[in-house]
Amino acid sequence: MQRYPLWKGVLLTAIMVAAILLALPNWYGESPALQMSRRDRAAFDAATTAEISDALKAAAIPTDEVYVDSDNRLWARFASVDEQLKARDLIQAKYEGQYAIALTNASRAPDWLNSLGLEPMSLGLDLRGGMLLVYEVDTEGAVAQLLQRMERDFRKVLRDARIQYQEVAVSGNSVQVTLRDPSETAAARKVLLEYDRQLTFAPDSAPGSIAATLGEAAIKERQNFAIQQNITALENRVNALGVAETVVQRQGQNRIAVQVPGVQDASEVVRLLGKVATLEFRLVDTANSPMEAARTGRAPLGTKLYKQRDGSPVLLKRDVIATGEQLIDASFAPSQGEPAVSVKLDSRGGDEMLRTTRENLNRPMAVVFIEKERELVQRDGHEVALDRSKEEVISVASIRGVFSNNFQITGLSAVEGTELAKLLRAGALAAPIIIVEQRVIGPSVGKDNIEKGTRALAIAGIFLFAFMAMYYRIFGLIADIVLLTNVVLIVAMLALFNAALTLPGIAGIVLTVGTAVDANILIYERIREEIAIGASPWAAINAGFDKAFSAIADSNVTMMMSGIVLFLFGSGPVRGFAVTLCIGIVASMFTALIGSRALIYLFYGRRRRIERLAI
Amino acid sequence: MEFLKQVPSIRFMALRRYWYVISALVVAGSIALVIVRGLNLTVDFTGGLVLEVGFSQPVDLERVRSALDGGGIEDFQVRTYGTGSEIEVRLPPAETGVAADEAKRVLGALTPLASKVTLNRTESVGPQVSQQLGEQAAMAVLMTLLLVLIYIAMRFRWRFGVGSLVASLHDPIVAVGAIALLGIPFDLNVVAALLTILGYSVNDTVVIFDRIRERFKSMRKAEPAEVIDRAINETLARTIIVSGCALSSVIFLATLGGETLRGFAVALAIGIVIGTYSSIYVAGAIALDLGATARDFMPPEKRGDVDEMP
Repeated sequence: MQRYPLWKGVLLTAIMVAAILLALPNWYGESPALQMSRRDRAAFDAATTAEISDALKAAAIPTDEVYVDSDNRLWARFASVDEQLKARDLIQAKYEGQYAIALTNASRAPDWLNSLGLEPMSLGLDLRGGMLLVYEVDTEGAVAQLLQRMERDFRKVLRDARIQYQEVAVSGNSVQVTLRDPSETAAARKVLLEYDRQLTFAPDSAPGSIAATLGEAAIKERQNFAIQQNITALENRVNALGVAETVVQRQGQNRIAVQVPGVQDASEVVRLLGKVATLEFRLVDTANSPMEAARTGRAPLGTKLYKQRDGSPVLLKRDVIATGEQLIDASFAPSQGEPAVSVKLDSRGGDEMLRTTRENLNRPMAVVFIEKERELVQRDGHEVALDRSKEEVISVASIRGVFSNNFQITGLSAVEGTELAKLLRAGALAAPIIIVEQRVIGPSVGKDNIEKGTRALAIAGIFLFAFMAMYYRIFGLIADIVLLTNVVLIVAMLALFNAALTLPGIAGIVLTVGTAVDANILIYERIREEIAIGASPWAAINAGFDKAFSAIADSNVTMMMSGIVLFLFGSGPVRGFAVTLCIGIVASMFTALIGSRALIYLFYGRRRRIERLAI
Repeated sequence: MEFLKQVPSIRFMALRRYWYVISALVVAGSIALVIVRGLNLTVDFTGGLVLEVGFSQPVDLERVRSALDGGGIEDFQVRTYGTGSEIEVRLPPAETGVAADEAKRVLGALTPLASKVTLNRTESVGPQVSQQLGEQAAMAVLMTLLLVLIYIAMRFRWRFGVGSLVASLHDPIVAVGAIALLGIPFDLNVVAALLTILGYSVNDTVVIFDRIRERFKSMRKAEPAEVIDRAINETLARTIIVSGCALSSVIFLATLGGETLRGFAVALAIGIVIGTYSSIYVAGAIALDLGATARDFMPPEKRGDVDEMP
């Protein structure tokens, strides 16, 4: 009689119970559902919920369940995608624009599981359908903006110190200052350093010229800031879509990946997320004729030519009073029946605005709306990416009073006003972003993938189980139980780490199950060998496990190393594969070495004598 | 039930010179195939826009082409995807920002062809991303190879490290050759498959090396070739069963797993066959010809399996 250490048995049982519990929600699966949130962000009351529920009933669309979750979203679960789509169309038509409606999936697990916070593992976009967008942040643009601001501020600083300059201009990564009087160089350096202690000056500049260079660290800091700001902005915009389980994360140096599961109008999502909108407040130049400038195509010194929305030209002063970067908040607030966007600036923008409005009362000020797009253009037979910014003067209004950081922009339609306010509120962008990768997987493709993938997996599994049971008899059955446990463990760990299962991920599971089979076969072949050379059953079992260990360990360690490398260097599908590979290897080591042995002890351990092993 | 009632005594190593020649020819052929025929690179690596459009009934590709021409779509490639009622439209890298609008235009042009036309999938990859994806994949392969070499060299002495490295290079190269020959679309999933092949091949090699290591310790008087043959023969039953199981699973995946998984699964199937062969005739044989002997496994201090238990 052989005993298995009690603590190992208890530990094993505890792990298995936890794993089964974690994996259980997947057993119930998910149903197509609608997830609705109110555009005005108000709470759902019982009456609205009942109304929607009744509306669906009236249209003969059966629902499994209609409920409001803790995040104040209304969920309606359906038996089929058909009903889900019908319901969406109905609600969209009935309550036009009131709700943000997303097609998604809801767990069918019983309430006690849901209340434990256990959810089915999340599925990758390739399995559930959805949209992946990868944005590249124009970090160089962010640095250029910083340099422009330095240029502007240098002018102001020098003016305030009464140091006359010939020119202040950005060149490369530095701002070049040429003074009228070279003897003032030292004084100029001093005031510039007072403005920014971190400035570094190029040493070998000619008399009267100063080059303030942006250091490596300052550039890096600026770039990181631009990316973080964009991530925040995208998160806000994605949240505004009202879809569950969206993901916004940094990817590599200067990219941001956005995942939006479920069915959306791809163009609409791209439009809402991708529009790089910013504002510039500039004074209108009234001294020169915009018509003349438009005709010759040359703007007078210190001005820039713009077009208004109706196409008429307008000349604006080059100095920017405030930009979207200094914007704190913007909201659509109709005043006196006219659409208006109420704008709030930070103190620096406010100071500048105060100074400008005080000095320019009753003069016109313009708001420039800038949208950036990247276009690929054919040039000399090559595709060249060109940044095209659409700059448009959206409002020219007289400065009616002295104001600083709180004011209104008018001259927009209601729709434009709402959209502008929303985009600005979501976070004024520092650096432009462009889409470099975009994938949209339809829900039917996702469903097809998961159905076929699971079926292939199930059939392969049945085949494998039957073979093992035939070839190794009792030990084969034990191996089958172990393999099943292995799959449960993988699913549990995926749920635990909240790792999304993707198609390559399924393939990774197939592979690790293969490795688990290999581990069992290695052990059993060893046991057979030991029996063949005349070892007693228990000696054979123990020797089988011990001798197979080094091979199993070595092969799993190498596989694990590959998995980690794949995870670190891969992206997208490769990474999805790596995740299940690593998780699967841990599970297969555990089940083959510990689980398998425990089951053998359970089966044979109580017998006083074993004549022969059924292997 | 047992396939091999008794441990066979096939003299694998005696034939290794012939297999070297065959391996070298196959590797050279694979490289030539990739160069001459090229890989069917997908948008993951070339950049561009791919649309998968589903029709309610099978459509004629010629009609699709003329419909797209009529819709003002330029520079497109069309192929049927899966069943005849699904097609794939491939467009050159466009403004990725407007891929969704471009998809709408294509869908609009194709709508008259069937009673129900759906856009199942859109993938648009910009040139900067596709280049990086390729670099990342290459980097992952190189790093994996390096790590495996170091680990095997540590566990089994350098001769075996070199043997497994050559096998690890051999297998993905031949698999890529087969992918080029069969015209399987080369996407990121296939890269994952190649890395799996690498992992599988190393796994197989390690199991055989493990037995070689053990036999070198127990058969100190025997000729190295004899020892290696013995180890391979002893693990042959396991090799057949494991490869068979893995191959059958992957074949199920290839035939029933749907179009998206097919390329991946076929690449894996090829890799499993090559990986099994290479463990014996590339990894084992090279270690032998580099002069692997029992001395390699006679460490100064006594090391037993018991010490290696956790």
